[in-house]
Formats: sequence, C-alpha cells, structure tokens
Amino acid sequence: MNFIPASLRDYVLPVLYGIVIVALLPLLAGYIVLLERKVMADMQARLGPMRVGPHGLLQPIADALKLLIKEDIIPQKADRFLFWCAPVLSVTMALLAYAAIPFGPVFQIADLNVGLLFILAISSLGIYGIVLGGWASNSHYSLLGALRSAAQLVSYETAAGLAVVSGLMLAGSLSMKDIVQAQSDQGVWFAFVVPVGFFIYLVASIAETNRAPFDLPEAESELVAGYMTEYSGFRWALYFLGEYANMVVVASIATTLFLGGWLRPFARYQDHLFGTSIELLDLLPTLLFLGAGVYCFWLAPRQPVQIQKIVMALVGGLCVALALGMTGALFAPDTVRTGIHGAFWFLAKVFVYIYAFLWIRFTFPRYRFDQLMRLGWRFLIPLALVNVIVVGATIVLQQNWDWRHPMLTAIVTTAIMLCVAAFLARDRAPEVEPLEVGEGD
Amino acid sequence: MDSVLFYFFSALAIASAVLMVTRRNIVHSAVFLITALLATAGIFLQLQAEFLFVVQIILYVGGIMVLFVFVIMLVNLDLSLHLMQFNRMKFVSTILAAVLAGQLFTAFWITRNSLNLGPRGEAMAQPHNTESIAQALFQNYMLPFEIASILLLVAMIGAVVMAKRKV
Amino acid sequence: MNDTRTNGRESGWRGRGEVSSTVLGADEIILNMGPQHPSTHGVLRVKLKLDGERVVGSECVIGYLHRGVEKIAEHRSYQQFAPYVDRMDYVAAVSNGLGYCEAVEKLLGTEAPPRARVVRTILTELQRIASHLLWLGTHALDIGALTPVFYCFREREEILKILEKYCGARLTTHAFRIGGLQYETYDGFEQDVKRFCEDFDKKVNEYETLLTENRIWVGRTKGVGILSAEDAIALGVTGPVLRASGMKWDIRKAMPYAAYDQYEFEIPTRQTGDTYDRYVVRMEEMRQSRRICLQAIENIPSGPIMAKIGKVLKPPPGEVYHAIEAPKGELGYYIVSDGTTQAYRTRVRPPSFINLQAFDKMARGSLVADVVAIIGTIDIVLGEVDR
Repeated sequence: MNFIPASLRDYVLPVLYGIVIVALLPLLAGYIVLLERKVMADMQARLGPMRVGPHGLLQPIADALKLLIKEDIIPQKADRFLFWCAPVLSVTMALLAYAAIPFGPVFQIADLNVGLLFILAISSLGIYGIVLGGWASNSHYSLLGALRSAAQLVSYETAAGLAVVSGLMLAGSLSMKDIVQAQSDQGVWFAFVVPVGFFIYLVASIAETNRAPFDLPEAESELVAGYMTEYSGFRWALYFLGEYANMVVVASIATTLFLGGWLRPFARYQDHLFGTSIELLDLLPTLLFLGAGVYCFWLAPRQPVQIQKIVMALVGGLCVALALGMTGALFAPDTVRTGIHGAFWFLAKVFVYIYAFLWIRFTFPRYRFDQLMRLGWRFLIPLALVNVIVVGATIVLQQNWDWRHPMLTAIVTTAIMLCVAAFLARDRAPEVEPLEVGEGD
Repeated sequence: MDSVLFYFFSALAIASAVLMVTRRNIVHSAVFLITALLATAGIFLQLQAEFLFVVQIILYVGGIMVLFVFVIMLVNLDLSLHLMQFNRMKFVSTILAAVLAGQLFTAFWITRNSLNLGPRGEAMAQPHNTESIAQALFQNYMLPFEIASILLLVAMIGAVVMAKRKV
Repeated sequence: MNDTRTNGRESGWRGRGEVSSTVLGADEIILNMGPQHPSTHGVLRVKLKLDGERVVGSECVIGYLHRGVEKIAEHRSYQQFAPYVDRMDYVAAVSNGLGYCEAVEKLLGTEAPPRARVVRTILTELQRIASHLLWLGTHALDIGALTPVFYCFREREEILKILEKYCGARLTTHAFRIGGLQYETYDGFEQDVKRFCEDFDKKVNEYETLLTENRIWVGRTKGVGILSAEDAIALGVTGPVLRASGMKWDIRKAMPYAAYDQYEFEIPTRQTGDTYDRYVVRMEEMRQSRRICLQAIENIPSGPIMAKIGKVLKPPPGEVYHAIEAPKGELGYYIVSDGTTQAYRTRVRPPSFINLQAFDKMARGSLVADVVAIIGTIDIVLGEVDR
C-alpha cells in the first residue's frame, strides 16, 4: 500500500469494493433471472431452461449476448437524449444504492451516518428511469403506463419508509452498520420484535419493485402497454437489470434492518466443536456447500450429454471448493473470518427474501390498479403510521418503566397492530359505484 | 482530493444550470435541474451536512422534481414549443442580467475580506448532523415545525379536494 | 392500438353506447383491442368507448376466422361434413361431433345403439372437463395467476391421451359417426377413465386452493361483469353463463340426449351472475362431469356400436333442430334435408356467438382493466363464433 499517496489511501478500498460490486452485480441479477425461471418452472410442474449449459446455468449469458447483438431500434419521434438516458438512470440508481449496504462487517463501500436514508433517497430517484422512459417513447400508452407505475412507486415508498422507521427506532441509528450492531447487541433480529413492520416492508417492497401481484403496469395481457414497450435489445436489458438489481437492494435493506444483516442465526449459541475454537453453527455454510457439491457429483453421470457431465462435475467441484474455503476461513484472522462468513449469511438471507418474492409472484393473481392504490393508501400507510406510533410508545415506556425483555415489545406491539390491521382490512362497501350508463343505440 | 470533488460538483452544478436555461425541450430542462440539485446535494455532503444531503435528494429531487416532471408530461406542451417567445425580449433581458450580475459582483467585492473561505472550524465535531437537527426541530423549534406540518397537510387536503371528481 | 379522438360518426362507431349528438364527449376515447391481442382468446377485435377508465360502450368485430362452414355443408354429404364440425369449437371437438351426429340421426329417424350412447356420454363429459380446464387456465392467466394454467394443462393432457388412444386425434377428434361409433373402446379404456376420475377430485381441490378463497382473485372477479337473469334470457345466453345468473337450465336435464337420463348429477347454479359466480359454476360442473363419468364407466352395456343405416345416407325431406349442452352453452344444429345425399341447409347455433352478445351488457360501466376478465369469463372460442 506504500505506492499509493497517503491522501488517496482512504479511497482505495472503497473503490475496490465498488468495482467488485459493479462487476458482479449484473451477473448476480442475471442469475436471479435464471433462478426465477427455474423456481417458476418448479412451481408450475415443469423444468425451466435446461438446454443452455447444464440445467440452463449458462442461460443468462446466452440471453445477455443475444440482447447485445440485437438491432437498436429508436422510434422516429422519440426524444433521443432521454431515450438513451432513461434505462441508464434506472440501472445507475439501482447500483448506486449498493454504496451504503454492508455485506459484512468490513465489506461496505461507505458507512454513511445516514446510510439508510441514503438508500431510500436513491430508491426514490429510480422513479425517473421509469417516467423519463415512458415519456421518451413518444407513445400515449407508454406514458400513461409509466405515470401509473411511478404513482404506484411513490405510494408504496411512503409505506416502506414508515415501516423502515419502526425498525430504525429499535436500532437508534441511521448507519447500516450500527443497525446490525444493535441487533447483535440486543440479541434478537428486529423482524421478531416488530413483525408487523417487517410484513409491511415486505408488501411495500414487492410493490416498489413492480413485482406481481403489483405488476399491472408491466403485464402483457393488459390493454395499456408498459413503459418498456419501445425499448429493445440492450436498453431493455438495462431496464430489466435495473429491476432485478432493485430487488436485491430492497432485499438487502430488509435483511440489514429486520433479518440481522451479516449475523449468524443464533449468534449467541456458541457451543464449540470438541474443544477447538470453532463454533458448531459456523460449520453450517460448509455443510451446505458440501451437500450441494455432493448433489452435483451425483447428478453428473446422469446428464445426457458429455459436455453437460463435465460442467456439472465442475460445478460440483466449485461447491466443494467453496465448502473448503468456508472452513478455511474459520482459521483465518478475525476480520477475514467474520468478513467471509458474514457475507455468506447476508447473501443467504437476501436469497431467502428474494425466494419469497418469487414464490408470491407465482401464487397470486394480479391486483387491478385501483385496488392496488387502495391497498397502499388505505391499508398499508395507516397501518405503518400506527405501527410507528405504537413501537415508539413501547420503546419509551420500556425505557421509563425498565422492561428488559425485547420479546415484551414484540408481543405488545404485535397484539395492538393485529387489531389495527383487522380494523383496516374490514370488508367495506365497494367504493367504486358502477357508473349509470344508458342503453344507447 | 476534497478540492477536486468540490470543483467537480460545482462545475456540474453550474453546467447543469446553464444547460437548464438554454434547452428548448422542457423535459430536458427538468432533467438538468435534477442534476443541478444533485450536484448541490453533493456539496452539502462535502460540508459534512449529511442529513441535508439526503433530505435534499429525498424531498427536492425525489418529490418536488417528480411533481414538476409529472405536470410537464401531463400538460400538452407542443403548443408552447412552437411559440416564438424570447426574441423580442433579448435586449431587455441582457440589460437586466448585466445589472443583476453587477450587483452580485459588487456585493462580493465589498465583503471579500469578511467572507470566511478558510478551513472549516471545529464546529463539526459534534453529535451527528441528524441528531443535532432532530434536537433543534423537536426541542427548540417545535412550534414552527408543527405549524409548517399542518400547513403542508392543509395544502395536500386542499389539492385532493379540488382534484376529486364530483361524487 | 389506435386512439381515435374523433367525431362519433367519422369513426364508424356502430356499437352500442351513447354518442351524445354527433360528437364524442371531451373525455371519451375509442380504444381498440386489436384482433391480435394476448387475451382475446383468438382473433376478436373489441372497440371500447372509454370515459376515462370506464367503459361506456363497446363493439365486437368478429369474422376474422370465418371459413364458410355452413356454405361448405351444402356441398358435402352428411358423413363428409362431420370432420368440419370439429373445427368450430376446436377446444371441445367431441361435443360438436355429438350434436351433429345426433341431429342427423334424428333426421334419419334412427338412434345410436345403447353402447354407443354410453361411450358417447363418457367421451363428451371428459371433453367438457377438458374444455373447462382450458378455460380456467387461460382465464386465470389473464387475471395474472401464472401457475394454474400449467396445472390445468397437465390434467387436460391426460384426457387428450385418452382421446388419442381412442380415435387417434387429440384435438379435432371426429370421434363419433352418424349412427354410432366407428371404433370400439380400446383395451384399458375403463381403467384409464377410472384412474383419471379418481385423481381428478384432488386436482380440482388444488385449483380451488389457489383461487377460490384468494382475496386478490375474489377482488378481481366479484362484482365484475354482472349479468342479470332477465338480461341473460333476453339475450339468449345459455350454458354456465346463464346458470351463474340464476336460471337453472341445462339441456342434459331438460331434454336429455345420449345417455344422460340414466345418470344422477346436479346442475350448479348461482345467483349474482358476476365473474366469480361463473367461475364457481364451471368448477362445480367439472366435478359433476366426473361424477357422470364414474357412473357411466361402471356399466357400459355390450352390444353393437353402430346402427343399421347403410353407407349412403339419404334422409327423407324434412328439417330438424337438435340441441345439446356443449361446455360453452346450447349448441344447436338445424338441418334441412331435401332428400339427397347433401343437406340443403345446415345451420349451427354456436353458443359462443350468442353469449358474446352479452359482452356489451357486462362490460358497460366496468373498468378497462376488467374487460379482459369479462372476455375470459364468457368462454368464447372464435372458431365457433365465426364458423
């Protein structure tokens, strides 16, 4: 590190992390697309992509190549500057949010004091990618679709922000690292202390990323075409990438705030292995990867084609290597160990959250737009507001009356919130009066 | 490094501002206003006012500018694009701009000695920006804060009532 | 998709819906759901007159799939025409064949032997299940549920395998002949049908778990596209649409044909006539069809499968109208014979064509986003609408 001038030394590591994230994240987003297709296929009693690479593992690469070599069509009267700018904006905002997300105790580009607010701010900038994209297409229906999408985003952003505040109050700080630290200190993930807040955030984040059941603006079978219609080839790939990167961002926020970030489950259970310094539960990642490796090796001879056998064996080898790496990291100095294992747990939780997204997408039908807005404004936002008040009151009472147990907060707040939720979700008379239309003709 | 960043952000702000007023396409102008505001937010961050930085983005760029952009897109502006608007005013506007520039320059020149452009003071070693603002807002300036909130609420309700269809 | 903000007359608006004097209101636009659209289930063009988000009028333009089937019938002998009939409602070809064969048999004054009648019933009920499965899958897909369509097609695949084993074709089966059946049931026919029927109840429960109590599904379908019983009768709507509106009318019970009078089954009816009710009615109909199949399989009479009618069919001059309860509604055949081998006139009363006319009634006053659900819930097949 001595060849770098002292004034720049502080910047090296963050830039390095930044490069790693910008390089890896599109790949990750691509593989989440593949994961979605496989999970969708599994839920629909079929197989999903199987041909490109063993079990479709090279599908995202094939898709990316195809989109790159496609003809770049720009509608004639489209606004060229904005047409170029909009997808870039979408992706940039999604990637920018990673600046404040902690993948581990040390793996973070910038530990801002206002990290959480920063990420919320960047999410609100993502709206421009959609609105400008719809405008630049110079199509009436694209614009309407884009504005609808933006309206949905803004509404659910409010609910998401309020839900985040309830978790924030428990942590006492806006810095992402401090939030995870608070969960470690209090010994419980905040999802168990404010489950209703977590639930609100889950629903609001699905709507924020335009995923089913809130994906009316981009559904294929709807009358009004979405904002992405006029985009083809790589521009469309950028939008798509932005959407999936956004999913990962939202999952990361939920993980950090509610699911304990990089903390191991049962972090306080510190039984050691036969008198060594290795904690039993730290062996979980190793076991997981070993299991995956063994499964790949078992599948390898059963592949129909030679090349698939080889690649499957390689994937198995990779899993075993990761397992060894995880075990090796247990003997490494503290920072490396917590870094690698922390990153593993963080990614595992993000994966579980995204799996929940996928699961919900393929189970439920789609909401109609007015029903969607009604759900956001008349159920989620009031619920989130009451949640903030109730959690805040409980915390203050806890401090004044000296309750020690976090579970007390959980039970009290959840009980009150469930009553409020039941009240808000009551079946009301249909708001939409059928229009009195004449017989005509 | 600090000054490099500062010059970058200020150059961005100035360039965006210039581009904003010179574009014919209103949506382009709005986009450049957004970049100007973002550059200003960057300068706030440099001054270690991180809360202001974030709030500038959330409220100004993510709220007010979205409103601007929505309005621009929903109102039919083809007509105004074809109007010859500024030609007759070129002469008068140049004079006014020169007068304004002259005033600003004179103001800066006169006070150039008392402007504190030196290194930042120790005022930054306090509790974090967010906490200090929260303390100020909720303890010292509680009443104005509440009044401002109610004002905003009234404006919002008024807008909803005016925009509702007759039902 | 066009957006024509024009004078009502210039746009050639021939649909129903108010056109105040000669000018469209300031907020009204005409939206075109073109013949190519993922959700119109075929080549159907729907012109909607919208006031903001509301539909205030509509016009369905059909004919993109018109093939002149009724004209062709004038130049084919009765047996030669039978395969054409399958191509009308191509989703439920067996029912079409049943209606036609029975109509000609009525004209000839004969009846298919008992064994043939029972096998016809079994195959027709299986076809009813298959048709409803396709309807359910595509309807759910339009509303946004991405998964039921695959489950429905998995079951439909089983039925199509049975049909293929029986007559060699999955879709356009030409399963029946005038006078009875051509093919004997294959070895294992009873076992296949029994196995299918026994598994089927669990599968219907699976679909119901995904949809019936689902809040989003109920929110998308309750109160959407309401058709009252009076309107339904006035428009001539038949089938599940009529039964969901409150009228208990099923030709299998009212004027039994084939072997339906021998079996016990219910006619599901609901009261409101909205999309949710039509969904419930069709789900229940699938269960009742399964019930009929199970009863029929127990006791297929032995005997000949073909009546003695000779190779060249020359029915005595006269006319006949014979209707059956096809999965989509009342499918009727009106055949006029002039004594020669070719019918003088064959007129088909397609249920989808008549039911589609109720679309305007159902869509008026609903939101644009519901139009797709309403088209799906009527269950139309353009092959039948256009012939």
